Amino acid sequence: MIPAGFAYHRPADVASAIAVLQEHGDEARVLAGGHSLIPMMKLRMAAPAHLVDLQDIAELRGIEIGADAVTIGAMVTQHDLIAHEGLAEALPIIREAALQIADPQVRYKGTIGGNVANGDPGNDMPGLMQCLDATYTLAGPDGTREVKAREFYEAAYFTAREDDEILTRITIPRPAAGTGWAYEKVKRKIGDYATAAAAVLVGKGTASVAMTNLADTPVWSEAASAALAAGDVEGCVAAMLEAIDPVEDNRGPVAFKKHAAGVVLRRAIARAQSRAG
Amino acid sequence: MTDQTMTPEERAASLEGMGCRRKRVEDVRFTQGKGNYVDDIKLPGMLFGAFVRSPYAHARVKSINADAAKALPGVVAVLTAEDLAPLGLHWMPTLAGDKQMVLADGKVLFQGQEVAFVVAEDRYTAADAVELVEVEYEELPVVTDPFRALEPDAPVLREDIKDQKEGAHGPRKHHNHIFTWEQGDREATEKVLEEADVVAEEMIYYHRTHPCPLETCGCVASMDKVTGKLTVWGTFQAPHAIRTVVSLISGIAEHNIRIISPDIGGGFGNKVGAYPGYVCSVVASIVTGRPVKWVENRMENLMSTAFARDYWMKGRIAATKDGRITGLWCHVTADHGGFDACADPTKFPAGFFNICTGSYDIPVAYLCVDGVYTNKAPGGVAYRCSFRVTEAAYFIERMIEVLAIELGMDAAELRRINFIRKDQFPYKSALGWEYDSGDYHTAWEKALKAVDYEGLRREQAQRIEEFKAGKTRKLLGIGLSHFTEIVGAGPVKNCDILGLGMFDSCEIRIHPTGSAIARLGTISQGQGHATTFAQILASELGIPASDITVEEGDTDTAPYGLGTYGSRSTPVAGAATAMAARKIRAKAQMIAAYLLEVHDDDVEWDVDRFVVKGNPERFKTMKEIAFAAYNQAIPGLEPGLEAVSYYDPPNMTYPFRAYICVMEIDVDTGEWQVRQFYALDDCGTRINPMIIEGQVHGGLTEALAIAMGQEIAYDEMGNVKTGTLMDFFIPTAWETPNYITDHTVTPSPHHPIGAKGVGESPNVGGVPAFSNAVHDAFRAFGLRQAHMPHDHWRIWQIAENLGLHA
Repeated sequence: MIPAGFAYHRPADVASAIAVLQEHGDEARVLAGGHSLIPMMKLRMAAPAHLVDLQDIAELRGIEIGADAVTIGAMVTQHDLIAHEGLAEALPIIREAALQIADPQVRYKGTIGGNVANGDPGNDMPGLMQCLDATYTLAGPDGTREVKAREFYEAAYFTAREDDEILTRITIPRPAAGTGWAYEKVKRKIGDYATAAAAVLVGKGTASVAMTNLADTPVWSEAASAALAAGDVEGCVAAMLEAIDPVEDNRGPVAFKKHAAGVVLRRAIARAQSRAG
Repeated sequence: MTDQTMTPEERAASLEGMGCRRKRVEDVRFTQGKGNYVDDIKLPGMLFGAFVRSPYAHARVKSINADAAKALPGVVAVLTAEDLAPLGLHWMPTLAGDKQMVLADGKVLFQGQEVAFVVAEDRYTAADAVELVEVEYEELPVVTDPFRALEPDAPVLREDIKDQKEGAHGPRKHHNHIFTWEQGDREATEKVLEEADVVAEEMIYYHRTHPCPLETCGCVASMDKVTGKLTVWGTFQAPHAIRTVVSLISGIAEHNIRIISPDIGGGFGNKVGAYPGYVCSVVASIVTGRPVKWVENRMENLMSTAFARDYWMKGRIAATKDGRITGLWCHVTADHGGFDACADPTKFPAGFFNICTGSYDIPVAYLCVDGVYTNKAPGGVAYRCSFRVTEAAYFIERMIEVLAIELGMDAAELRRINFIRKDQFPYKSALGWEYDSGDYHTAWEKALKAVDYEGLRREQAQRIEEFKAGKTRKLLGIGLSHFTEIVGAGPVKNCDILGLGMFDSCEIRIHPTGSAIARLGTISQGQGHATTFAQILASELGIPASDITVEEGDTDTAPYGLGTYGSRSTPVAGAATAMAARKIRAKAQMIAAYLLEVHDDDVEWDVDRFVVKGNPERFKTMKEIAFAAYNQAIPGLEPGLEAVSYYDPPNMTYPFRAYICVMEIDVDTGEWQVRQFYALDDCGTRINPMIIEGQVHGGLTEALAIAMGQEIAYDEMGNVKTGTLMDFFIPTAWETPNYITDHTVTPSPHHPIGAKGVGESPNVGGVPAFSNAVHDAFRAFGLRQAHMPHDHWRIWQIAENLGLHA
């Protein structure tokens, strides 16, 4: 469990970090909390020659609660998300989801930026960000651009981010008052990825539904969301079960995952509806 | 309060002897991160070894090219089988009478097998060099199913012995067959089965898992070429046996070998055997003249060092219509992996599996175990159990449940009417054991009452109605387990490992000021020996436990013993401790009589002193006696006060338990929650109740893991699917339920202090309790048997098969 050798960079601002990425191309990887990348390096399944540690970059931190939107810096940890009272008031679903990620030790180090940018279908935040219709800000050599979370994920570990770009901020529109919410997750044990997880927002005539670890990307379903917006729970579940595409692994066979997905989604909908008002 | 004014009870309490909830003296250093484990040992000039391991489960090794690795700066050597062969060390004997490759000799038999050993200046260079060793493999057909392994056309796994018709335990009947072990009366049992009112038949699988101690296996070997002395610090549960084994296979004289087990971070059977890493480290140290450290990582530990279980147990149990069991038949197909490296007493290739008649008075029984080679890691160790006792307990406790279903009877009642009665002890079982003592009915009634068993059954019946009415998706399972262990191996007449009788030992020295040191042949891996053995001595010698040092694990200082596993430390070394203490007390009595100027028979023992009979004002304390032993010339007595005892137990001990688990199960997601767990343990005399409770909590949590998710699973290519802690289930505080512990006390009649051993019982009996809870939840819907582990999807599969999702 010892990684191959690598050069360690610790830039103090985004521009310097991008310069390192530009110089080394796909030989370089950015390091946020390290809870995905470091284990892969220790297994020698990843062996970047250059590691660009983002922890000294102040502009990647901070949570801002605006009237219409919330923005979260990429290096904000899961623990920060849980502890932030303003965020809990504006977007309580984030705390509910973050509390279901791993364990406190991991949450002290793991960041929202790393979680959404890595493209791991097991991560919880991508599905939640799709549910919330978040926008990611990517900084690159030519400045910044914005990509919708719903358009960011291409396949497992493949995203719209270029090798020389850094995901710097996440912007999330605040749901209308009275919107119900729930993040529901079934997992084998603490520290595990979801067997199935669902993020649900439901308000007056609106809804958004996404699921995690049931395909090689997070799954936000327009049809499922529309059905739920119309109050059709079974239609919503049916549409989502059409959209997901789980594979067999140690968590179980496909039939089980589909069954669990339906149950988890129904639970999330019921809880979200109970909170709507 | 002074010595003079204390009552005998107060004096006894101040000793913190047997029965005292004394805090563990070890924990001060463990909880402060000041333990000294193998990986903490750093010697000048120390090198680091690492293995190149096979990615394939079955392959021929065509060539190994280590040139690039050797060229890497910092690499000192790369060892292969070719290098070890001239020393005769490319293979090593196993504890089971088989032999095992130290480094791949022409082929590999399991994924993760050791192929080459890289030795470098530091562990980072070693890891880089491992990547640079080029091995050319030719893949061979893989066999992971022991039944497939025994088919006529199955690939030959062990080419080295393919024509050998005789194994270490008798005839071999197939090229992948290891042994057949038969016990009991086959003819009589089959006759009973034929004539029985009712016969229940079932295949019970106890899946492959792993002890997975917090600290992995490792060692530091240091050959001093000047003195010719080899010192090995290692994660050894049996340091003395390791010394003898090292001497036998290396040819180094035993007095020139010193084995030290420092602090050990859990063993659970994983650290009983000898591993290629030990041999390679020793060889590398001899070759380089420098100390060599080797420590496994977690994946290596799970993939290559000793697994546990993997028993396919076919059972038939016969009974009368009203539920009296009349006979038990069992055939086991035992998957031992690529080499037979089980750690069992020599004459017991399936360990003490013949305790599988359990707590029941079964008049006739027959057992047959066939050991089989497959392309899986070797091992088959007793994971927190006494040599296959846990497999046996799971087998009989599942068979009882299946029989209860067959009879339409309550499973608690079925147990009650078949328990061996108190007046039947000592009880000779149909498979050859003599149970020393027990009072099963009392324990059982106490347990059923404690959980309000009848109330639970009413609640369960109501839940079933609610489920059928669509009001809930959760079922309630009540898991019962009553089991009898056989621990404390063992009598030298029938228990040995590699010819070494399984006695154990204790040597005690009383210092002039009345404090003491005791050394034992065992080695704590977290059991708290330094605490509990001092308590035995405190009660036996009248010296405060806090004035007694307990030392183990250094073969140059400790008396010879067979080590710590199979819950044998208290039954065997604990007995030796008491016996050695009694020798000291006998001498102390003579000294006291001399000092008090009376005849030896005129003094009697009173907690911490000898008093003149009928005149309690006249006494000598142990402290005074100890001083006298060193400063007075006493006619007829040698100076000093020390003793050693080697204890050969007359019999095993037979602790027993009654466990009840109440579990909520979601039929849709397979999620489960243990609502209640009641654990009644009878381990005979209780030395430290707090340590007992701790052992029960720990063992039950391992049992929970095994029953509910923990496994070493292979795909059809022989790849390990559960090689990290992401997939290998280790419960955290979150998954661990609350446990209610309780006890009865039935002392062992043959043990000097009546103690029976406790460390492993909760793992042994916990597994059937958890598993039976899952089965019981679905009994009303027609479930008879579903194999462990009961992880979410497999529970879902049970419900799916029973049509509960329709």
